[in-house]
Parts: sequence; C-alpha cells; structure tokens
Amino acid sequence: MSHVSVVTRLAASAALLVASSAFAQSSGPIKVGLMLPYSGTYAALGNAIENGFKLYVQEQGGKLGGREVQYFKVDDESEPSKATDNVNKLIKRDNVDVLVGTVHSGVALAMAKAAKDNNTLLVIPNAGADAITGPMCGANIVRSSFSNWQPGYAMGVVAGQKGVKRAMTITWAYAAGAESTKGFTEGLEKNGGKVMKDLTLPFPNVEFQALLTEIAAQKPDAVYAFFAGGGAVKFVKDYAAAGLNKTIPLYGPGFLTDGTLEAQGASAQNMLTTLHYADNLDTPKNNAFRKAYALAYKSQPDVYAVQGYDAAQILATGLKAVGGDLSKRDQLAAAMRKATVDSPRGKFTLSPAGNPVQDIYLREVKGNNNEFRSIAVKALADPARGCKL
Amino acid sequence: MSTATFLVQCLNAVQYGLLLFLVASGLTLIFGIMGVINLAHGSFYMIGAYLAFALAPWFGDWFVTRLVAGVVLAAVFGYLLEWAFFSFLYDRDHLQQVLLTYALILVFEELRSLLVGNDVHGVPAPSWLAGGFRLGGLMEYPWYRVFASAACLVVALALYAVVNRTRLGMMIRAGASNRDMVRGLGVDIRRLYRIVFAGGVALAALAGMIAAPLSSVYPGMGSSVLIICFVVVVIGGIGSITGALVASLLVGFVDTFGKVFFAEWSGVGVYVLMAIVLIWRPEGLMKRGF
Amino acid sequence: MASDAAVASPDEVVADVGALPDIARREAGGWLVPAAAALVAAALPLVVSPYAQDLVVRIAIYAIFALSLELLVGATGLVSLGHAAFLGLGAYATVLGSGDSGGSIALLLPLAIAAAAAYAVVVGALSLRTRGVYFIMVTLAFAQMAYFVVHDTKAGGGSDGIFLYVKPTLAIAGKTLVDLGERMTLYYSVLVALVATYAFIAMLLRSRFGHALAGIRVNEQRMRAAGFSTTPYKLAAFVVAGALAGLAGFLLAAKDGAVNPELLSWHESGAVLLMLIFGGIGSLRGAVLGAVAFTLLKEVFQSEALLGPLAQHWQLTLGLTIIAFVAALPRGLIGLGTRLRGLARARPASTTAGTPT
Repeated sequence: MSHVSVVTRLAASAALLVASSAFAQSSGPIKVGLMLPYSGTYAALGNAIENGFKLYVQEQGGKLGGREVQYFKVDDESEPSKATDNVNKLIKRDNVDVLVGTVHSGVALAMAKAAKDNNTLLVIPNAGADAITGPMCGANIVRSSFSNWQPGYAMGVVAGQKGVKRAMTITWAYAAGAESTKGFTEGLEKNGGKVMKDLTLPFPNVEFQALLTEIAAQKPDAVYAFFAGGGAVKFVKDYAAAGLNKTIPLYGPGFLTDGTLEAQGASAQNMLTTLHYADNLDTPKNNAFRKAYALAYKSQPDVYAVQGYDAAQILATGLKAVGGDLSKRDQLAAAMRKATVDSPRGKFTLSPAGNPVQDIYLREVKGNNNEFRSIAVKALADPARGCKL
Repeated sequence: MSTATFLVQCLNAVQYGLLLFLVASGLTLIFGIMGVINLAHGSFYMIGAYLAFALAPWFGDWFVTRLVAGVVLAAVFGYLLEWAFFSFLYDRDHLQQVLLTYALILVFEELRSLLVGNDVHGVPAPSWLAGGFRLGGLMEYPWYRVFASAACLVVALALYAVVNRTRLGMMIRAGASNRDMVRGLGVDIRRLYRIVFAGGVALAALAGMIAAPLSSVYPGMGSSVLIICFVVVVIGGIGSITGALVASLLVGFVDTFGKVFFAEWSGVGVYVLMAIVLIWRPEGLMKRGF
Repeated sequence: MASDAAVASPDEVVADVGALPDIARREAGGWLVPAAAALVAAALPLVVSPYAQDLVVRIAIYAIFALSLELLVGATGLVSLGHAAFLGLGAYATVLGSGDSGGSIALLLPLAIAAAAAYAVVVGALSLRTRGVYFIMVTLAFAQMAYFVVHDTKAGGGSDGIFLYVKPTLAIAGKTLVDLGERMTLYYSVLVALVATYAFIAMLLRSRFGHALAGIRVNEQRMRAAGFSTTPYKLAAFVVAGALAGLAGFLLAAKDGAVNPELLSWHESGAVLLMLIFGGIGSLRGAVLGAVAFTLLKEVFQSEALLGPLAQHWQLTLGLTIIAFVAALPRGLIGLGTRLRGLARARPASTTAGTPT
C-alpha cells in the first residue's frame, strides 16, 4: 500500500465525514439525549417524563420538524456528583443534538453548566432550581416546567388573601426547599402576612414528629410545607395523624400531593395546593391528552408527564421554525423561546430567561385527584433574579 | 419549651428509638454472632415494608396476624438466603463481606423495581388503631405510634427472654463468646448460624412492617435506615442486645432534640455522639455478650 | 531475638515479626509494567475520542484516590470507610479558594492538600484509639460529619454543591504556563500526578517508614511488645493517605468544574474500597487496575449501545457480576495474574499479602 493512496483514502474519508455531518444537520434523525432518573426515588417521575415526551412525538407521526427522532438514554441516578460525567456521555460520546433532563435540581444545574460550556440545546422537563433561569440562564436553555419560586409565591398570595397573618414553613434543608419557601414568604408578605419561623430538617430525613410538636406548640395560622415523593406522603400523613390538619391548615405546592394521593388517602383530603396543572382541568386539550396517555401507557398522567409532553412541543416549535435544520442553532434556540405552547395545562409562553410564564392553579384534593378550584395567579413570571439575558 | 411539649418530644424520641432498636437488634445479632458485616440489612427492612404492602389486601384489619405471617415469611426467606449465600461469607474477610453484601443491595433494589415498580405506596393502619388521643390540648398522638412502641418493647422483652432463658439463647451467647469452643462441644454451629440469621432478617422485616403505615413504602427506604443502624450497633457494642437498646434510645433523643434546637447541625449530631462514645469507650457502651 | 533491646530499630522488629519476605517480593516485570502502562496512557489521545479521553482522566483521578487508600488498607492494614471525606474536602477547598475569578495552582493545590491533611490529623488522632471494625465505623462517622457540615450548613454551599467557573491556572510573570481548563493540559497533568503518586508511594513503602508499616500490618502486637511505638507511624500513614486523597480532590474539581456533598458520602468511600478489592488488596498495581475495572464495568453496564434495554437494569447486572467475581476471584484481578503465573510455572502461587509494586 503506497503512502499516497493512504493519504488519499484518509482525505476521502474525512471529506465524506464532513459532508455527511453537514448532510446530517438537515436530514437523518434528530438525536435526543434523555438524562433522567431511571433508578432510585425519582424513577417514577423519570418514566412519566419520558412517556409524555414520546407521546407528543408519536402524535406528530414520530417526527419532529420533519425528521425522525433517535433517543439516547442515561440514568442520572439523581446523583449530582456523577452528573457532569453522565451528561458528557450524551454530549461527547453520543453527540446528541438536544439534551432533555432532569428531575433533580442539583443534577440539572450540572447539565445546564455542561450545556453552556458545549453550546448544546437543553430542555428541562422538571428541575425547578431558580438558578437555572437565574444566574445560570442561557439562550440555549429552556424549561418546560416551573421554577421553585412560582408555586410557592402563588400559595403565599392565596394564604394572604385568606387572612393568614402568622405562618410557619417546613421543608428539607436544600436549595429547592429554600426557594419554594422564599416564594411563599414573598407572596404572603405582599398580602398582609408574615412567616414567623422557618423549620428545616436534613435531607432526606423523614422523622417529622419533633418538628410537628414544635408547630403544635407555636400555633401558627397556617403551615406551608415543601416535600416530594416519599417524604411528601409521610409528612401529610403525620400531619393528619397529629390532628393538626383540623386546626392549622396545611398549604403547599402541588408536589405535596401529586402522584402521592393513593398513598396519602384520607389524610390529604381537602388540602389546598398550588401548581401549574390540575388533573381535571376541563379543557379540550387536557381531556384529549389524558385520554391518549391512558391509552398508550395504561396509567393516568401527572404533572411530570405534562412537562415531558411540553418539552417535546417546545422543541418541535423551534424545529418547525428552522425547517428541521439543526445547523441554524441560534435561530432554533430563539424560536423555541418565542413558542406559545398549547399545553394540557393551558397555553403558556416563555420568559426571556427561559421559564414558563403560566397560570398557577389552586387545587383541592378530592378522592385521588387534585381538582381545579380557581386560578391562584394568572400568567405568573419568575423574577429571574440574576439572569443577564 | 413548655413541659407538655417537652414530654411529647420525649415520647417522639422513645418511639423512634424503639423502632430503630428492632432493626439494629437483628444487625447486632448477625454482626456479633457470625462476625459478618451485612450492608444488605437495610434491604431486609425494605422487604418487610413491601411485604406489609403486599399482604395488606389479604388480611384487612387482622393486623397482628399479618405481622405474624410476614415474620414467618421473612424468617423462611432469611433461612434460605443464609444457606444459599451468606454461609459462604464466614470464611471471608470483612472487606469481601462489605463488597458482597453491597452487591446484594444492588440486586435487591433492582428486583424490587422489577417486581413492585418505583411508585410510593401507602399502607393503611388497621382501623382499630386509627385516630389518636389528645395530649393536653397540644396535639393528637396517634394510637398507631403507641402500638408501634409497645410492639417493639414486647419484641425486646421476648428477645431478652429467648437469649437469656432458653437453650437456644445459651448456645447463641456461647457462640458469641467463643465460636470454636462451641463447635468443639458438638453443637451444629452451621444450623445455629442459620437460625440466628433468619432471626435477624425477621427482626428487620418486622420493623419494616410496623414502620410501613408510618413511613409508607418507597424506593431507597432501606439505605436511610442502614447507616443509622450501623451507628446504633457500634455505639451499643457489637453483639450486645442491651447495648443496642440503650444506643437506639440515645440516638432517638439526639435526633429528636437536635432537630428542635440545632436545626442546621442536627444531621451531624448522631455522628458526633458516635465519635464521642467510641473515643471514650472504644468497644461500645456494653460489652459483647448481652 | 530483639526482646532484650531497649528500643529496637524498625527493621529489626520487622524482621522479627516476619514481614520482610512480603516487602522483598516483587511482582512480575518490576518497574517496566507500570512504566509501559503510563506510556500507553500518554499516547492514547492520538487514537481515541474526546469522550474516551475524559474517561481516562476520570479513571486516573480515581486511581490516585485508590492508591491513597491502598497506603492505609493494603500497606498498613487500616480499613477506613471514610476516605471520601478527604477527597471531598480537597475538592471543596479548591472551589472555595477559587472564588469568582479562578485561582493559581500554586495556591490551590497546596490548599487542597493541606485542608485534607489537616482533617486527617484530627480524624486520625481520634480514630486510632479504636481498633478493627470499630475503627472502620469511627472513620465512617467522621466522614459523615464532614458530609453533613457541607450538605446542611450555609458555609458548604448546600445540597446542590458549588460550581467552579474558572479552572486553576499557573502563571509566572503574567504568562500562563498551565491552564487546567484546556483538555490536553488537564489530561497530561492528571497523568503526571498519577505517575508521581504511584512512584511516591512505591518509594515510601521501600523506605524504613514503609517497613514499619508492613510490620504493623503483619503483627502490631509484637511490634509494640518489642518496644516499638506504632501509633505515630499509623497516624503518619493516615495523614499521608488523606493528603493524597486531597490531591485527587483538587484534580476532580478541576476536571468537573463542580463539587457536591455526595463526594463525601459513604457511597463514595465504599466505591473506592470496592476498587481496591476488585484489583486486589496489597498491590499498587491492583489499586490502579481496580479503579480501571470498576469504572469501565459500570460504564459498560449502563451503556445502552452495548446492552440495549438491559442497561436500565444495570444495578442487577453490576450486582450479580460483583458477586460472581468475588466468589471466583477473592484476591482480585491481581490474584488472577498470580494464579495464572503459578499455573504457568507449575508452582503454587504465593499467598502472603504484602505491597509489592
């Protein structure tokens, strides 16, 4: 084999590679990297998000922006310390075009940093860390869910309007809890109330008895709690078992009662929560969505499935605007920002920082559903403190 | 803090401590008698909780019967697990036991995910234990928690009786102090180990079953219990049931009052306690041998 | 033999205790095998993808971490279940010391090592009062304390961790010599650190100090009975191990650009112990091999490309593999090598533990 022919071969292959990658930019499948919790406490949420995302793609005939979708999955194990390595599997090993994830805020923050460092598109279908659309915001980062501040603020407004003057908050000592209670405090103080004490316990400790006794001793007008998953179930049950639900109303963001009602049973009945979704929103879009989801997956959708569904919608809107041409990255990102999303939760738009500007609903627990009661705050936008966009 | 609040907090501390004791007693038995470090002990707790969930529709309000059935099932499972897997660990050093039992945790977690899924499930308390009684106008104390504490105390007493008053207990105590001597005396040490292991598993599973209505069942519930249990066993003295009881109550108090007074640092509290105890009494509070 | 000496020299006691054969034993190939491996690693960027290079860097950092623990577990016989605390503290010191505009390697690297070493002095002094399984648990307790301080208090940045926005650099007279933000620079810096750590520990183990550690591992009671004070040696080993883990932490912070309380968790401490067991306790090569094997194994089992839908159940495949592995190869991968060589030479393989290089 002569050197010349080796060089020619190499050059030809290189040219082919370059040509085919340019070709791949405008046809061939879109590579979607799903980084979600497939094991551990949040596994059910990860599955719901993926189901919702795939449902939307299926409704579009399996294509987004006219192109097939190829999925790559990585289990983030809800472990922030492994997040950078895991997201690099998708960015550097699988060379995905879009990143979708995740549930845990600590992991999502690492994903956002990696997305900014590598200029990859990122759609976040849950993690509510305020920082993602705050100091860490980026033109290529968009969220289809909420910021921790939003439901908390709305609940504070509702509580203030109900005449709550002295409230206590209780949550785990981590960023999501702090941000949620901060939102509540802001909303409450703007409506004539005050938070007298913030109770915290180490994450993910679920021995609440000591703090429930403290609440009982202080006798506030209301309590705002932020917990999720197993912790939410236990807290609501313990609160009711201590008889506190009869004298001190318990408020919280929807995570306190979403996906947990079957486990909480009677202890959660008549609880008021705020969230950007309610199971029984009687709109054509929501009814159709719930029916399609139940048909496809043999289970009822929850807010996480909606967020996954909308993540796909936002991506599709952007792709449609650039005709499926991924090389027009900046236009694609901008088009995604300008999307008006026809979501099962109602129509919403995105703030300049990339967070949904949406109605927050007040819901009441009845049976195994969070039923819509009223709109707590209309078109609420996260203040995006620290975002320089 | 008013007297009423203080008393309620004490009740909370005791109840948490007693439940911890149930899990820790199994661990200290296995650790003390067989010398096996078993990281999978938290998984047995989880299995018990999921058993409670699975058996609930079959037994309805026959709660105590359900507990007994669960304990029997867990004991059988433990007996078989020892025969199939753990008996190979005795000859290995501690590090290999750590590795193998850690692998077992992974296997159990995945099996749980495949068999029961990843959702959080509630387990209702029996209706004859529903509700609570008012504690001096402060709050209600659920009857179920009283039942849980009582059940743990009963088990503790039964354990004490078995270990100190029966032949089996005598063999266990002998095996804990001098394994080779016992073997030399003709006792079938293998069968003894199998029984002790089955007992340890049953205790942990029972704790899980009792705790299930309180904490509900969810993925990962085993690992949160595991590390605290190790702390309890080490503080109390490896192999000592009385030590496990004292240590569990100590941990219960530190955790409960720590949360009230030192919110930010309460997570550290239990470990500070362990460090202090071990530096003062390196072998734990009670000596081996019950 | 040395029973009537006032205070015997370490070498005399060690010989008395019977640890010398372990120290004198050499592994196949001597220096050549590790040197060859280093050269291969240095040449890898020419042929592998950027993702694979990241993987190599990650493995190398964990190899340094594993080597530091090998000094404790394999050489001295002290099993610590809290070693991740030193890794985490080194990483946190790096990030906290960097601030918003980044910092100099000349400042941050010593800072990371010093922070880890300082905590190691405290933990070591208190833990070495206990023995056996109690020692294991006390080291765990101290690691958990550090974990909760970092996780729960405002000083540590909370459960989501902190980000490093500008990676450490080394500049002299305004000219940047080393920028760890550059991929190739980081790659070779980590490789150099690994080789240096390996060489350092190997030489340490051949020294008087290393001989003393071997004696302590084989029979501490006899060492003490001969009038030899073992605690200062154990403490020194503990602190050196902690300092090296701090070095690994510095490199990890530079690589990831983020630190998180989970770096100090017992899962991390358990994982590095697993790496040692995988590779084979009592061998520096084993420590590195274990880091490589454990990381690659996890990578393979989680890979959808290789295992399809089974990748989602990686916990099951990994768990069963570990069980099968330990059942078949109790002496780790290095034991496999010894066994094969023993078969080849038709002579029974050596069974004493020791720390040859």
